[in-house]
Amino acid sequence: MGVDSNLPGTCAGRERDVSLFVDSVNAAGSLLLSGDSTLLEITVLSLRVSATATLIAALIGMPLGAWAALTESRLRTPIVVVLNASMGLPPVVIGLIVYLLLSRSGPMGLFGWLFTPTGMVMAQTILITPIIAALARQTIEDAHGPLRDWFTSLGLNAWQRILTLLFEARFSLAVVLLAGFGRAIAEVGAVMMVGGNIAGSTRVMTTTIALETSKGDLPLALALGLLLVTLVLIVNGFAQTFKARMERRNA
Amino acid sequence: MLEVKLRFTQPGALVRINRASVIVDGKALLSEINLTIFEGESVVVLGANGAGKSTLLKLCNSLISPSVGSVQTPPLHEQSLIFQRPALLQRSVLDNVRYVLSVRGVAEPACTEQAQRALAACNLSANANQSARTLSGGEQQRLALARSWACEPRLMLADEPTANLAPSAVRDVESLLHTVQSGGTTLVLTTHNVAQAKRIARRIIFLDNGKIVEDRLATEFFVSPHSAAARTYLEGESL
Repeated sequence: MGVDSNLPGTCAGRERDVSLFVDSVNAAGSLLLSGDSTLLEITVLSLRVSATATLIAALIGMPLGAWAALTESRLRTPIVVVLNASMGLPPVVIGLIVYLLLSRSGPMGLFGWLFTPTGMVMAQTILITPIIAALARQTIEDAHGPLRDWFTSLGLNAWQRILTLLFEARFSLAVVLLAGFGRAIAEVGAVMMVGGNIAGSTRVMTTTIALETSKGDLPLALALGLLLVTLVLIVNGFAQTFKARMERRNA
Repeated sequence: MLEVKLRFTQPGALVRINRASVIVDGKALLSEINLTIFEGESVVVLGANGAGKSTLLKLCNSLISPSVGSVQTPPLHEQSLIFQRPALLQRSVLDNVRYVLSVRGVAEPACTEQAQRALAACNLSANANQSARTLSGGEQQRLALARSWACEPRLMLADEPTANLAPSAVRDVESLLHTVQSGGTTLVLTTHNVAQAKRIARRIIFLDNGKIVEDRLATEFFVSPHSAAARTYLEGESL
Protein backbone atom coordinates (compact mmCIF):
# COMPACT_ATOMS: atom_id res chain seq x y z
CA MET A 1 0.00 0.00 0.00
CA GLY A 2 1.60 3.32 -1.12
CA VAL A 3 1.63 6.58 0.88
CA ASP A 4 -0.66 9.36 -0.40
CA SER A 5 1.72 12.23 -1.26
CA ASN A 6 -1.02 14.80 -0.63
CA LEU A 7 -1.30 13.86 3.02
CA PRO A 8 0.11 16.42 5.46
CA GLY A 9 3.32 15.24 7.08
CA THR A 10 4.63 13.67 3.91
CA CYS A 11 7.43 15.39 2.00
CA ALA A 12 5.21 16.35 -0.92
CA GLY A 13 2.44 17.43 1.44
CA ARG A 14 4.84 19.72 3.32
CA GLU A 15 6.04 21.32 0.08
CA ARG A 16 2.44 21.92 -0.94
CA ASP A 17 1.64 23.53 2.47
CA VAL A 18 4.66 25.84 2.22
CA SER A 19 3.74 26.81 -1.31
CA LEU A 20 0.14 27.50 -0.26
CA PHE A 21 1.38 29.63 2.63
CA VAL A 22 3.75 31.62 0.39
CA ASP A 23 1.01 32.11 -2.21
CA SER A 24 -1.38 33.23 0.51
CA VAL A 25 1.11 35.72 1.91
CA ASN A 26 1.72 37.13 -1.57
CA ALA A 27 -2.00 37.38 -2.25
CA ALA A 28 -2.57 38.98 1.16
CA GLY A 29 0.15 41.55 0.43
CA SER A 30 -1.47 42.43 -2.89
CA LEU A 31 -4.86 42.70 -1.21
CA LEU A 32 -3.50 45.02 1.48
CA LEU A 33 -1.64 47.21 -1.00
CA SER A 34 -4.60 47.43 -3.41
CA GLY A 35 -6.75 49.12 -0.74
CA ASP A 36 -9.53 46.58 -1.27
CA SER A 37 -12.86 48.18 -0.33
CA THR A 38 -14.22 45.06 1.45
CA LEU A 39 -11.07 44.81 3.51
CA LEU A 40 -11.30 48.50 4.39
CA GLU A 41 -14.97 48.26 5.31
CA ILE A 42 -14.37 45.25 7.58
CA THR A 43 -11.39 46.94 9.22
CA VAL A 44 -13.25 50.20 9.84
CA LEU A 45 -16.23 48.35 11.35
CA SER A 46 -13.90 46.33 13.61
CA LEU A 47 -12.20 49.48 14.85
CA ARG A 48 -15.51 51.30 15.33
CA VAL A 49 -17.13 48.48 17.30
CA SER A 50 -14.10 47.80 19.51
CA ALA A 51 -13.32 51.47 20.13
CA THR A 52 -16.94 52.17 21.13
CA ALA A 53 -16.98 49.11 23.41
CA THR A 54 -13.68 50.20 24.99
CA LEU A 55 -15.00 53.71 25.59
CA ILE A 56 -18.19 52.46 27.26
CA ALA A 57 -16.27 49.83 29.26
CA ALA A 58 -13.86 52.55 30.42
CA LEU A 59 -16.71 54.78 31.57
CA ILE A 60 -18.10 51.89 33.64
CA GLY A 61 -14.93 49.99 34.55
CA MET A 62 -12.63 52.83 35.61
CA PRO A 63 -14.90 54.33 38.32
CA LEU A 64 -15.88 50.80 39.40
CA GLY A 65 -12.21 49.79 39.69
CA ALA A 66 -11.41 53.02 41.54
CA TRP A 67 -14.29 52.46 43.94
CA ALA A 68 -13.18 48.87 44.55
CA ALA A 69 -9.65 50.14 45.22
CA LEU A 70 -10.73 52.71 47.79
CA THR A 71 -13.80 51.31 49.51
CA GLU A 72 -13.61 49.91 53.00
CA SER A 73 -17.01 48.28 52.56
CA ARG A 74 -17.41 44.60 53.41
CA LEU A 75 -18.49 44.12 49.80
CA ARG A 76 -14.99 44.93 48.60
CA THR A 77 -13.56 41.41 48.78
CA PRO A 78 -16.49 39.71 47.02
CA ILE A 79 -16.46 42.42 44.33
CA VAL A 80 -12.72 42.06 43.76
CA VAL A 81 -13.11 38.27 43.53
CA VAL A 82 -15.97 38.63 41.02
CA LEU A 83 -14.04 41.19 38.97
CA ASN A 84 -10.92 39.05 38.83
CA ALA A 85 -12.91 35.93 38.00
CA SER A 86 -14.86 37.80 35.30
CA MET A 87 -11.64 38.51 33.43
CA GLY A 88 -11.66 34.87 32.39
CA LEU A 89 -15.29 34.72 31.24
CA PRO A 90 -15.54 32.65 28.03
CA PRO A 91 -16.62 34.97 25.17
CA VAL A 92 -19.08 32.39 23.84
CA VAL A 93 -20.91 32.40 27.18
CA ILE A 94 -21.14 36.19 27.01
CA GLY A 95 -22.27 35.86 23.40
CA LEU A 96 -24.97 33.42 24.41
CA ILE A 97 -26.22 35.63 27.26
CA VAL A 98 -26.29 38.74 25.06
CA TYR A 99 -27.97 36.74 22.31
CA LEU A 100 -30.71 35.67 24.73
CA LEU A 101 -31.09 39.23 26.01
CA LEU A 102 -31.36 40.72 22.53
CA SER A 103 -33.37 38.00 20.84
CA ARG A 104 -36.90 38.97 19.86
CA SER A 105 -38.42 37.21 22.89
CA GLY A 106 -35.66 38.42 25.25
CA PRO A 107 -35.94 41.29 27.73
CA MET A 108 -34.13 43.67 25.36
CA GLY A 109 -35.62 42.32 22.15
CA LEU A 110 -37.68 45.45 21.55
CA PHE A 111 -34.50 47.44 20.80
CA GLY A 112 -33.79 45.31 17.70
CA TRP A 113 -30.06 45.17 18.41
CA LEU A 114 -29.51 41.51 17.54
CA PHE A 115 -27.34 41.10 14.42
CA THR A 116 -26.37 44.80 14.50
CA PRO A 117 -23.07 46.49 15.38
CA THR A 118 -24.80 47.85 18.50
CA GLY A 119 -25.34 44.31 19.76
CA MET A 120 -21.68 43.54 19.06
CA VAL A 121 -20.65 46.63 21.02
CA MET A 122 -22.78 45.41 23.91
CA ALA A 123 -21.16 41.96 23.87
CA GLN A 124 -17.64 43.38 23.73
CA THR A 125 -18.44 45.90 26.47
CA ILE A 126 -19.60 43.10 28.78
CA LEU A 127 -16.47 41.14 27.89
CA ILE A 128 -13.92 43.85 28.62
CA THR A 129 -15.54 45.87 31.43
CA PRO A 130 -14.34 43.40 34.11
CA ILE A 131 -10.84 43.42 32.59
CA ILE A 132 -10.65 47.21 32.68
CA ALA A 133 -12.20 47.38 36.16
CA ALA A 134 -9.89 44.74 37.63
CA LEU A 135 -6.71 46.22 36.14
CA ALA A 136 -7.81 49.76 37.05
CA ARG A 137 -8.45 48.64 40.63
CA GLN A 138 -4.91 47.34 40.99
CA THR A 139 -3.40 50.41 39.32
CA ILE A 140 -5.37 52.84 41.47
CA GLU A 141 -4.70 50.91 44.65
CA ASP A 142 -0.97 51.18 43.93
CA ALA A 143 -1.28 54.92 43.23
CA HIS A 144 -3.36 55.47 46.37
CA GLY A 145 -0.83 53.92 48.79
CA PRO A 146 1.66 56.80 49.08
CA LEU A 147 -1.11 59.44 48.92
CA ARG A 148 -3.60 57.88 51.35
CA ASP A 149 -2.59 59.76 54.53
CA TRP A 150 -2.23 63.04 52.69
CA PHE A 151 -5.69 62.70 51.17
CA THR A 152 -7.11 61.94 54.61
CA SER A 153 -5.36 64.95 56.11
CA LEU A 154 -6.90 67.10 53.35
CA GLY A 155 -10.32 65.71 54.23
CA LEU A 156 -11.04 64.50 50.66
CA ASN A 157 -14.28 62.63 50.13
CA ALA A 158 -14.48 59.39 48.11
CA TRP A 159 -15.29 61.09 44.79
CA GLN A 160 -12.48 63.61 45.14
CA ARG A 161 -10.08 60.73 45.78
CA ILE A 162 -11.37 58.72 42.83
CA LEU A 163 -11.14 61.63 40.38
CA THR A 164 -7.68 62.60 41.61
CA LEU A 165 -6.37 59.04 41.40
CA LEU A 166 -7.85 58.47 37.94
CA PHE A 167 -5.88 61.51 36.81
CA GLU A 168 -2.75 60.53 38.76
CA ALA A 169 -2.65 57.05 37.25
CA ARG A 170 -3.57 58.28 33.75
CA PHE A 171 -0.51 56.85 32.00
CA SER A 172 -0.93 53.38 33.46
CA LEU A 173 -4.68 53.55 32.90
CA ALA A 174 -4.08 54.34 29.22
CA VAL A 175 -2.29 51.00 28.98
CA VAL A 176 -5.21 49.34 30.79
CA LEU A 177 -7.55 50.80 28.17
CA LEU A 178 -5.42 49.47 25.37
CA ALA A 179 -5.36 46.02 26.96
CA GLY A 180 -9.16 46.18 26.91
CA PHE A 181 -9.19 47.36 23.30
CA GLY A 182 -6.79 44.58 22.31
CA ARG A 183 -9.02 41.99 23.96
CA ALA A 184 -12.12 43.43 22.26
CA ILE A 185 -10.74 43.63 18.74
CA ALA A 186 -9.29 40.11 18.93
CA GLU A 187 -12.58 38.58 20.10
CA VAL A 188 -14.50 36.30 17.76
CA GLY A 189 -16.98 34.04 19.56
CA ALA A 190 -19.34 36.60 21.07
CA VAL A 191 -19.47 38.93 18.06
CA MET A 192 -20.07 35.98 15.77
CA MET A 193 -23.10 34.91 17.84
CA VAL A 194 -24.52 38.37 18.43
CA GLY A 195 -23.55 39.98 15.13
CA GLY A 196 -24.27 37.03 12.88
CA ASN A 197 -21.29 37.83 10.61
CA ILE A 198 -23.51 39.48 7.99
CA ALA A 199 -21.53 40.79 5.00
CA GLY A 200 -21.56 44.56 4.79
CA SER A 201 -23.32 44.88 8.12
CA THR A 202 -21.73 43.01 11.03
CA ARG A 203 -18.73 41.33 9.47
CA VAL A 204 -15.57 42.24 11.37
CA MET A 205 -11.98 41.14 10.99
CA THR A 206 -12.04 38.16 13.35
CA THR A 207 -15.33 36.74 12.09
CA THR A 208 -14.14 37.16 8.50
CA ILE A 209 -10.91 35.33 9.27
CA ALA A 210 -12.91 32.44 10.78
CA LEU A 211 -15.31 32.36 7.83
CA GLU A 212 -12.73 32.66 5.05
CA THR A 213 -10.51 30.02 6.65
CA SER A 214 -13.42 27.59 6.78
CA LYS A 215 -14.16 28.40 3.10
CA GLY A 216 -10.52 27.87 2.17
CA ASP A 217 -9.98 31.49 1.02
CA LEU A 218 -6.71 31.81 2.85
CA PRO A 219 -5.36 35.02 1.23
CA LEU A 220 -8.19 37.20 2.57
CA ALA A 221 -8.05 35.47 5.97
CA LEU A 222 -4.29 35.93 6.11
CA ALA A 223 -4.47 39.55 4.95
CA LEU A 224 -6.95 40.32 7.71
CA GLY A 225 -4.88 38.37 10.20
CA LEU A 226 -1.77 40.38 9.30
CA LEU A 227 -3.75 43.60 9.49
CA LEU A 228 -5.19 42.66 12.87
CA VAL A 229 -1.81 41.77 14.33
CA THR A 230 -0.30 44.96 12.88
CA LEU A 231 -3.08 47.10 14.34
CA VAL A 232 -2.71 45.56 17.78
CA LEU A 233 1.07 46.01 17.61
CA ILE A 234 0.78 49.65 16.53
CA VAL A 235 -1.73 50.49 19.25
CA ASN A 236 0.30 48.79 21.97
CA GLY A 237 3.58 50.18 20.68
CA PHE A 238 2.09 53.65 20.72
CA ALA A 239 0.80 53.13 24.27
CA GLN A 240 4.13 51.89 25.59
CA THR A 241 6.05 54.72 23.93
CA PHE A 242 3.61 57.29 25.28
CA LYS A 243 3.75 55.83 28.80
CA ALA A 244 7.55 55.58 28.78
CA ARG A 245 7.88 59.17 27.56
CA MET A 246 5.51 60.50 30.22
CA GLU A 247 7.22 58.49 32.95
CA ARG A 248 10.62 59.79 31.86
CA ARG A 249 9.24 63.33 32.04
CA ASN A 250 8.04 62.70 35.59
CA ALA A 251 10.98 60.57 36.71
CA MET B 1 -13.81 52.12 73.06
CA LEU B 2 -14.56 55.77 73.51
CA GLU B 3 -14.19 58.11 70.59
CA VAL B 4 -15.00 61.73 71.19
CA LYS B 5 -14.33 64.65 68.88
CA LEU B 6 -15.52 68.02 69.98
CA ARG B 7 -15.21 71.38 68.35
CA PHE B 8 -12.71 73.57 70.04
CA THR B 9 -14.42 75.95 72.43
CA GLN B 10 -11.85 77.42 74.79
CA PRO B 11 -10.31 80.64 73.40
CA GLY B 12 -6.57 80.45 72.93
CA ALA B 13 -6.35 76.67 72.93
CA LEU B 14 -6.12 75.25 69.42
CA VAL B 15 -5.64 71.57 70.25
CA ARG B 16 -6.88 69.93 73.41
CA ILE B 17 -6.15 66.28 74.04
CA ASN B 18 -7.72 64.85 77.16
CA ARG B 19 -6.58 61.49 78.59
CA ALA B 20 -6.24 60.07 75.10
CA SER B 21 -4.75 56.67 74.39
CA VAL B 22 -4.16 55.02 71.05
CA ILE B 23 -4.15 51.24 71.24
CA VAL B 24 -3.45 49.10 68.19
CA ASP B 25 -3.53 45.28 68.39
CA GLY B 26 -3.39 45.47 72.16
CA LYS B 27 -0.30 47.69 72.16
CA ALA B 28 -0.54 51.24 73.49
CA LEU B 29 1.13 53.59 70.99
CA LEU B 30 0.08 56.55 73.13
CA SER B 31 -1.02 56.39 76.77
CA GLU B 32 -3.06 58.86 78.78
CA ILE B 33 -2.02 61.91 76.78
CA ASN B 34 -3.06 65.26 78.23
CA LEU B 35 -1.99 68.13 76.03
CA THR B 36 -3.14 71.63 75.17
CA ILE B 37 -1.55 73.58 72.34
CA PHE B 38 -2.27 77.30 72.18
CA GLU B 39 -2.69 79.57 69.20
CA GLY B 40 0.63 80.83 67.78
CA GLU B 41 2.85 78.39 69.67
CA SER B 42 5.93 76.72 68.29
CA VAL B 43 6.08 73.22 69.72
CA VAL B 44 8.67 70.54 69.01
CA VAL B 45 7.96 66.93 69.90
CA LEU B 46 11.10 64.98 70.76
CA GLY B 47 11.60 61.34 71.57
CA ALA B 48 13.35 58.17 70.49
CA ASN B 49 12.17 56.02 67.59
CA GLY B 50 8.84 54.41 68.43
CA ALA B 51 8.14 56.87 71.26
CA GLY B 52 4.88 57.91 69.57
CA LYS B 53 5.82 61.26 67.95
CA SER B 54 4.20 60.57 64.58
CA THR B 55 1.17 59.00 66.24
CA LEU B 56 0.72 62.14 68.33
CA LEU B 57 0.81 64.29 65.20
CA LYS B 58 -1.71 62.03 63.45
CA LEU B 59 -3.93 62.30 66.51
CA CYS B 60 -3.73 66.10 66.34
CA ASN B 61 -4.64 65.94 62.62
CA SER B 62 -7.50 63.46 63.16
CA LEU B 63 -5.77 60.98 60.85
CA ILE B 64 -6.34 58.53 63.69
CA SER B 65 -8.92 58.54 66.46
CA PRO B 66 -8.16 57.92 70.12
CA SER B 67 -9.10 54.50 71.47
CA VAL B 68 -9.82 56.19 74.78
CA GLY B 69 -10.22 59.86 75.70
CA SER B 70 -11.04 62.89 73.61
CA VAL B 71 -9.33 65.15 71.10
CA GLN B 72 -10.46 68.62 70.13
CA THR B 73 -8.77 70.03 67.04
CA PRO B 74 -9.57 72.68 64.46
CA PRO B 75 -11.46 71.43 61.38
CA LEU B 76 -9.27 69.82 58.70
CA HIS B 77 -9.45 72.81 56.35
CA GLU B 78 -7.74 74.90 59.05
CA GLN B 79 -4.85 72.43 59.42
CA SER B 80 -2.09 71.08 57.27
CA LEU B 81 0.14 68.08 57.79
CA ILE B 82 3.59 67.86 56.25
CA PHE B 83 5.09 64.40 55.93
CA GLN B 84 8.71 63.30 56.11
CA ARG B 85 8.32 62.13 52.50
CA PRO B 86 6.10 64.65 50.74
CA ALA B 87 3.21 63.08 48.86
CA LEU B 88 3.38 64.88 45.51
CA LEU B 89 1.04 64.59 42.57
CA GLN B 90 2.30 63.76 39.06
CA ARG B 91 1.71 67.32 37.91
CA SER B 92 3.62 70.54 37.68
CA VAL B 93 4.81 72.34 40.81
CA LEU B 94 2.20 75.05 40.31
CA ASP B 95 -0.59 72.50 39.79
CA ASN B 96 0.36 70.73 43.02
CA VAL B 97 -0.33 73.94 44.95
CA ARG B 98 -3.43 74.77 42.90
CA TYR B 99 -4.79 71.31 43.67
CA VAL B 100 -4.92 71.80 47.45
CA LEU B 101 -6.43 75.24 47.02
CA SER B 102 -9.10 73.93 44.66
CA VAL B 103 -10.13 71.13 47.04
CA ARG B 104 -10.43 73.81 49.72
CA GLY B 105 -12.87 75.62 47.44
CA VAL B 106 -10.67 78.49 46.22
CA ALA B 107 -11.88 79.44 42.73
CA GLU B 108 -9.90 80.84 39.81
CA PRO B 109 -8.22 83.29 39.36
CA ALA B 110 -7.58 83.60 43.11
CA CYS B 111 -6.43 79.96 43.16
CA THR B 112 -3.56 80.51 40.71
CA GLU B 113 -2.61 83.88 42.26
CA GLN B 114 -2.48 82.37 45.76
CA ALA B 115 -0.46 79.40 44.48
CA GLN B 116 2.04 81.68 42.75
CA ARG B 117 2.45 83.76 45.91
CA ALA B 118 3.13 80.62 47.96
CA LEU B 119 5.69 79.40 45.42
CA ALA B 120 7.40 82.77 45.43
CA ALA B 121 7.58 82.73 49.23
CA CYS B 122 9.19 79.29 49.10
CA ASN B 123 11.59 80.34 46.35
CA LEU B 124 10.07 77.94 43.82
CA SER B 125 8.72 80.38 41.22
CA ALA B 126 11.37 79.34 38.73
CA ASN B 127 10.21 75.73 39.03
CA ALA B 128 6.49 76.46 38.66
CA ASN B 129 6.05 74.59 35.38
CA GLN B 130 8.46 71.79 36.20
CA SER B 131 7.12 68.32 37.04
CA ALA B 132 6.97 68.10 40.85
CA ARG B 133 8.56 64.66 40.90
CA THR B 134 11.70 65.93 39.21
CA LEU B 135 12.49 68.29 42.11
CA SER B 136 15.33 67.56 44.53
CA GLY B 137 14.51 66.33 48.05
CA GLY B 138 14.85 69.81 49.56
CA GLU B 139 12.78 71.39 46.80
CA GLN B 140 10.07 68.76 47.24
CA GLN B 141 9.85 69.56 50.94
CA ARG B 142 9.69 73.29 50.13
CA LEU B 143 6.85 72.51 47.73
CA ALA B 144 5.05 70.62 50.51
CA LEU B 145 5.49 73.72 52.66
CA ALA B 146 4.26 75.99 49.88
CA ARG B 147 1.22 73.78 49.47
CA SER B 148 0.45 73.99 53.18
CA TRP B 149 1.22 77.65 53.42
CA ALA B 150 -1.00 78.56 50.45
CA CYS B 151 -4.00 77.37 52.46
CA GLU B 152 -3.11 79.70 55.34
CA PRO B 153 -3.68 77.07 58.04
CA ARG B 154 -4.12 77.93 61.71
CA LEU B 155 -2.29 74.74 62.65
CA MET B 156 0.70 73.33 60.78
CA LEU B 157 1.87 69.86 61.74
CA ALA B 158 5.23 68.71 60.39
CA ASP B 159 6.48 65.16 60.82
CA GLU B 160 10.29 65.20 60.61
CA PRO B 161 10.21 67.49 57.58
CA THR B 162 13.98 67.75 57.30
CA ALA B 163 14.94 64.10 57.81
CA ASN B 164 17.28 62.92 55.04
CA LEU B 165 17.82 66.44 53.69
CA ALA B 166 21.20 68.03 53.02
CA PRO B 167 22.26 70.77 55.53
CA SER B 168 21.56 73.62 53.08
CA ALA B 169 18.08 72.23 52.37
CA VAL B 170 17.49 71.86 56.13
CA ARG B 171 18.31 75.55 56.61
CA ASP B 172 15.92 76.53 53.79
CA VAL B 173 13.07 74.51 55.28
CA GLU B 174 13.74 75.82 58.80
CA SER B 175 13.77 79.36 57.54
CA LEU B 176 10.39 78.81 55.91
CA LEU B 177 8.99 77.23 59.06
CA HIS B 178 10.15 80.32 61.00
CA THR B 179 8.40 82.58 58.50
CA VAL B 180 5.20 80.53 58.69
CA GLN B 181 5.23 80.54 62.47
CA SER B 182 5.99 84.24 62.75
CA GLY B 183 2.93 84.86 60.56
CA GLY B 184 0.75 83.54 63.38
CA THR B 185 0.41 79.89 62.38
CA THR B 186 0.72 77.40 65.22
CA LEU B 187 3.54 74.99 64.49
CA VAL B 188 3.92 71.47 65.88
CA LEU B 189 6.97 69.65 64.60
CA THR B 190 8.61 66.31 65.34
CA THR B 191 12.33 65.85 64.92
CA HIS B 192 15.31 63.81 66.03
CA ASN B 193 17.59 66.78 65.55
CA VAL B 194 18.21 68.40 68.93
CA ALA B 195 19.98 71.38 67.38
CA GLN B 196 16.97 71.96 65.16
CA ALA B 197 14.63 71.67 68.14
CA LYS B 198 16.69 74.36 69.90
CA ARG B 199 16.45 76.64 66.88
CA ILE B 200 12.70 76.24 66.37
CA ALA B 201 10.98 75.36 69.64
CA ARG B 202 9.51 77.62 72.24
CA ARG B 203 8.05 74.58 73.95
CA ILE B 204 9.27 70.98 74.04
CA ILE B 205 7.16 67.88 74.48
CA PHE B 206 9.26 64.83 75.24
CA LEU B 207 7.69 61.43 74.64
CA ASP B 208 8.90 58.13 76.02
CA ASN B 209 7.10 54.85 75.30
CA GLY B 210 3.93 56.65 74.27
CA LYS B 211 3.77 58.89 77.34
CA ILE B 212 4.53 62.58 77.72
CA VAL B 213 7.32 62.68 80.30
CA GLU B 214 8.22 66.35 79.85
CA ASP B 215 6.24 69.36 78.62
CA ARG B 216 8.24 72.51 79.26
CA LEU B 217 9.70 75.66 77.80
CA ALA B 218 12.57 74.80 75.44
CA THR B 219 15.01 77.01 77.33
CA GLU B 220 14.38 75.08 80.55
CA PHE B 221 14.25 71.64 78.96
CA PHE B 222 17.62 71.83 77.28
CA VAL B 223 19.34 73.23 80.41
CA SER B 224 17.91 70.77 82.91
CA PRO B 225 15.77 67.90 81.66
CA HIS B 226 13.83 66.37 84.54
CA SER B 227 13.37 62.82 83.33
CA ALA B 228 16.09 60.22 83.02
CA ALA B 229 14.77 59.31 79.56
CA ALA B 230 15.18 62.89 78.32
CA ARG B 231 18.65 63.19 79.84
CA THR B 232 19.74 59.94 78.19
CA TYR B 233 18.22 61.06 74.90
CA LEU B 234 19.96 64.44 74.93
CA GLU B 235 23.28 62.89 75.91
CA GLY B 236 22.94 60.35 73.08
CA GLU B 237 22.04 63.01 70.55
CA SER B 238 24.91 65.26 71.57
CA LEU B 239 27.48 62.53 71.01
